[in-house]
Amino acid sequence: MSDWHNYLNDTVKNIPPSGIRRFFSLAAEMEGVISLGVGEPDFVTPWHIREACVYSLEKGHTTYTANQGLLALRKAVGKHLSQTYQVDYNPQDQLLITVGVSEGLDLALRVIVQPGDEVLIPEPCYVSYVPGVILAGGVPVSISAKPEDHFEVTAAMIEQAVTPRTKALLLSYPNNPTGAVLSKQQLSAIAAVVKRHDLIVISDEIYDHLTYRGKHTCFASLPGMQERTILLNGFSKAYAMTGWRVGYAASNAEFIEAMNKIHQYTMLCAPVTAQMAAIEALKSGRQEMLKMIEQYDRRRRMVVRAFNEIGLPCFEPGGAFYVFPDIRPTGLSSVAFAEELIKETKVAVVPGNAFGSSGEGFVRCSYAASLASLTEAMKRIADFTARKIKRL
Amino acid sequence: MGNNNNDKTDQSILELLEQNCRLTSGEIAALLDLEEMIIQQRIVAMEQKGIICTYQAMVNWEKTATEKVNALIEVKITPQREVGFDAVAERIYRFPEVHSVLLMSGDYDLAVFLEGKNMKDVAQFVSSKLATMEHVLSTATHFVLKTYKKHGCIMEDGETDRRLVITP
Ligand SMILES: Cc1ncc(COP(=O)(O)O)c(C=O)c1O
Repeated sequence: MSDWHNYLNDTVKNIPPSGIRRFFSLAAEMEGVISLGVGEPDFVTPWHIREACVYSLEKGHTTYTANQGLLALRKAVGKHLSQTYQVDYNPQDQLLITVGVSEGLDLALRVIVQPGDEVLIPEPCYVSYVPGVILAGGVPVSISAKPEDHFEVTAAMIEQAVTPRTKALLLSYPNNPTGAVLSKQQLSAIAAVVKRHDLIVISDEIYDHLTYRGKHTCFASLPGMQERTILLNGFSKAYAMTGWRVGYAASNAEFIEAMNKIHQYTMLCAPVTAQMAAIEALKSGRQEMLKMIEQYDRRRRMVVRAFNEIGLPCFEPGGAFYVFPDIRPTGLSSVAFAEELIKETKVAVVPGNAFGSSGEGFVRCSYAASLASLTEAMKRIADFTARKIKRL
Repeated sequence: MGNNNNDKTDQSILELLEQNCRLTSGEIAALLDLEEMIIQQRIVAMEQKGIICTYQAMVNWEKTATEKVNALIEVKITPQREVGFDAVAERIYRFPEVHSVLLMSGDYDLAVFLEGKNMKDVAQFVSSKLATMEHVLSTATHFVLKTYKKHGCIMEDGETDRRLVITP
């Protein structure tokens, strides 16, 4: 029998298996797990959005759309960005509807990165950034954000990592897995570095609505940044629409045209049903979204308080739906903590190092879970932690 | 703390309790990031003011062996001088088998929700107590066939968590 592995392309072969995947297998085998390991809302898509989708199906909207996406959706996105962040994009040629931020990210990297180009990635970060850069032929350059800074990357750290080969910076705030957000001042300082070194910024702002203190600053809204930023966003988190697979990219016409070139051949278009639903979400989804945000906010406060009382220091995250507690007081590595926790208490969390080596010593806990599950999970984590600390 | 803050806190407490009245003041304090003492005080104050009327369980009797019949009775009445509809409404809502009494705009005046052991029971109440009451002009009885949703609570088994245990 042939060893099919030998037939694989080297780039793919050399991408290490995802830390999350491995952990998923462990958790999936067990029954009755309370999971704080889920990176998606526990809410189902609001009914008015589902209802609009059903209506669109009844009316027979089952075809391809324009490659760039339905013009009505692009217009709605353009209006939303203009009203929310005062950044104006022409729906004709500066916006592209994608199959989630996932596709937008892949397209952005593929049109920007030349073989050997370096892309700066502040870590801990979303799991697909490093593989995405490698698949695009680039060289990922990790920047380790520090626990003592609450995992907020600084302009100085970015500047230090710049080399003559640096092409782009990948920003993602509010952050998955830490929940960190950056203020306008912090982002402005980063913008100055970006300008000084003539970098492109890919800004994944998928959690922009899920911020709990102060308003989110859209990176493209900073002076001089709109043109050199590829802004990525979507409907997955704020509208609880992860399974629909719809998002968008916004940038200068040149970049969007290039992204659309790949998109038309590889994806053709985003699913029409999801695009219809996205129009409804933008048109009248605000009320329901705010209700979900209020619930996340309450759980966030509860969970942060619980971790600190347990003796696992946890800074207060300003966004997303994750907390990133410091588990070092237990004397365990983050993988050992997560493994022993699920085996002994049936509570699933994700080891911090799945999001980059700087996440070691921390675990990601999602509070996109019902209050009852969170309360029970925190009780079990408290007992578990007490046992581990006592053994030290 | 200013009045506005108090109002906001009270509103948040009410929303939480309306969803789940078994939350302890400690749990509410954690959710709102406030001291437990403050929550306790606010709840007591709202109980005393009658803002929080009672703490009840939402029961789906259809899933039990107990037979119950519910009906909505539209009641037309002649309002009275000085007291309007209130006096008649009170005479009606004093009956323990009456669950809810609402003054409505539109074709009829009072919507009376009634619970009885069976249809005969309800019919008996309407014909002997309600229809014969002074100032009651007419009644129209509608029996409830099935309850789908009540007080924001869906009675059929709700949506299950379909998410995978771990996702990025
Ligand atoms: C930071 C970040 N970017 C992108 C994604 C993927 O988003 P989408 O569903 O729009 O592809 C996620 C999902 O977990 C995420 O956390």
